[in-house]
Amino acid sequence: MTLDEVFREEWGRVLATLIGVLGDFDLAEDAAQEAFAIAADHWPRDGVPTNPRAWLMTTARNRATDRIRRDRALATKAGLLVTDRPVEVPMNTSAFPDERLELIFTCCHPALALGAQVALTLRTLGGLTTDEIARAFLIPERTLAQRLVRAKRKIKAAGIPFRVPPDHLLRERLDAVLAVVYLIFNEGYGGRDELAAEAIWLGRALTELLPDDPEVRGLLAMMLLHDSRRETRFSDGELVLLGDQDRSRWNTTQIAGGRAEFDRAIALGGRGPYVLQAAIASLHAETPCDWAQIAALYGELTHLTASPVVELNRAIAVAETEGPEAGLRIVDRLGLDDFRYLHSTKAELLRRLGRTDEARDAYRRARELTDDGAERRFLERRLTELAGTTGLGSDPAATQ
Amino acid sequence: MKYIMVIYQGSALERQAALTEEEQKQVYADYQGINETPGVTPMPPMGLPENATTVRVEGGRTLTTDGPFVGMKEAVGGLFILEADDIDAAIEVASRVPAARYGGAVEIRPSEVHW
Repeated sequence: MTLDEVFREEWGRVLATLIGVLGDFDLAEDAAQEAFAIAADHWPRDGVPTNPRAWLMTTARNRATDRIRRDRALATKAGLLVTDRPVEVPMNTSAFPDERLELIFTCCHPALALGAQVALTLRTLGGLTTDEIARAFLIPERTLAQRLVRAKRKIKAAGIPFRVPPDHLLRERLDAVLAVVYLIFNEGYGGRDELAAEAIWLGRALTELLPDDPEVRGLLAMMLLHDSRRETRFSDGELVLLGDQDRSRWNTTQIAGGRAEFDRAIALGGRGPYVLQAAIASLHAETPCDWAQIAALYGELTHLTASPVVELNRAIAVAETEGPEAGLRIVDRLGLDDFRYLHSTKAELLRRLGRTDEARDAYRRARELTDDGAERRFLERRLTELAGTTGLGSDPAATQ
Repeated sequence: MKYIMVIYQGSALERQAALTEEEQKQVYADYQGINETPGVTPMPPMGLPENATTVRVEGGRTLTTDGPFVGMKEAVGGLFILEADDIDAAIEVASRVPAARYGGAVEIRPSEVHW
């Protein structure tokens, strides 16, 4: 393992243990950061210690002890009495509990804003720097840093616990954790690869920590299956639809990995939203695609989530098996007037039906709702194509 | 941890007025239950926002106005103090306050010195 990989593997674990012992995010993070900096300085020269984790933990603990002692000396000088914390940080240096699960539940606590949950999870579990997170989310580093400071302050002030939630809260809280990981993945799906990889890494860590939860497996499976197509989703920066993608370039290792996780989820009796989405993603990776089965799974997912976005996806699958008109009937029942994919889907179905004028209106509406970028250029291309089309049934795609 | 639990009635008072007698009894019983929850220190019942008077001082002049500082709908409806281990315990108590399920809300504020 390279130094970077060791750091990557150990950061979350070391930090989680330190937070557990110190009960203080900032102190733990500072101590961990110092320990990793010392390691980066010493290890290349002296070699990596036999037990890197123990080395990092011990060094970080000593740093934290120094800090507490310094703060106390300062407080005493200032006439303040500090009695709530022992000077020596107690820590069993032969066995470290893995408290990453406690950490992720704290980071994804619903008392924190979603943006803060995401940033905290990436910083603490993922070990990304504030600069890396800020760049990935296209926000100024100062804003991101403030968000982290505020979140850590609230954890302390509001008494957000550092623990795995009790049984009656577990399902709901775990769903919140999965939602954060999925959100990170989705941010990455638009082309920011490092976030997709990060989400998969987090998803994998979660399967280690909660090996028997089917939804955790389902999420990882779904992410791997979607990510397997990443290379083919864009060609020269332009969006390529599923049907037009070069299947020979799909990542077969990831597909196999995703399917293995999916099989485990099913074996665990899973039939929750992420498992269903993994099933759909798995079917998408097959040739020919079983659209009827996909439509049925979306139906089941709609039932679970009551989400109109899921229903929109069902419409696409239904259009593939029963024809564009059947799909259109579902689309027309949905609200979602400000959702760009509603209009682009509608446009696509109208285009296939040869209803060119209506298709054009729908593409224009979708374009209004889409920011600059590959998706918008895709809509522009469709509009240009339609400009050269007149009358009914002139599009070969209308007759599948 | 000490939390100050702030109750907002929102539309809860109107909705509760429309409940059956049986359901209204349940609302009273639930508030009683909150007051008797270990760790809770009830405050004296807070009157309606309509009866509030708001005082501000501008340029040394005391300005007194009728009504709450914020709008009637946003006004604080009640308070209690809760001593609990962590925010999850506070969320659990908050979720049992009837206002929270009839269109109002409960705000959990940790008690802290921030000045």
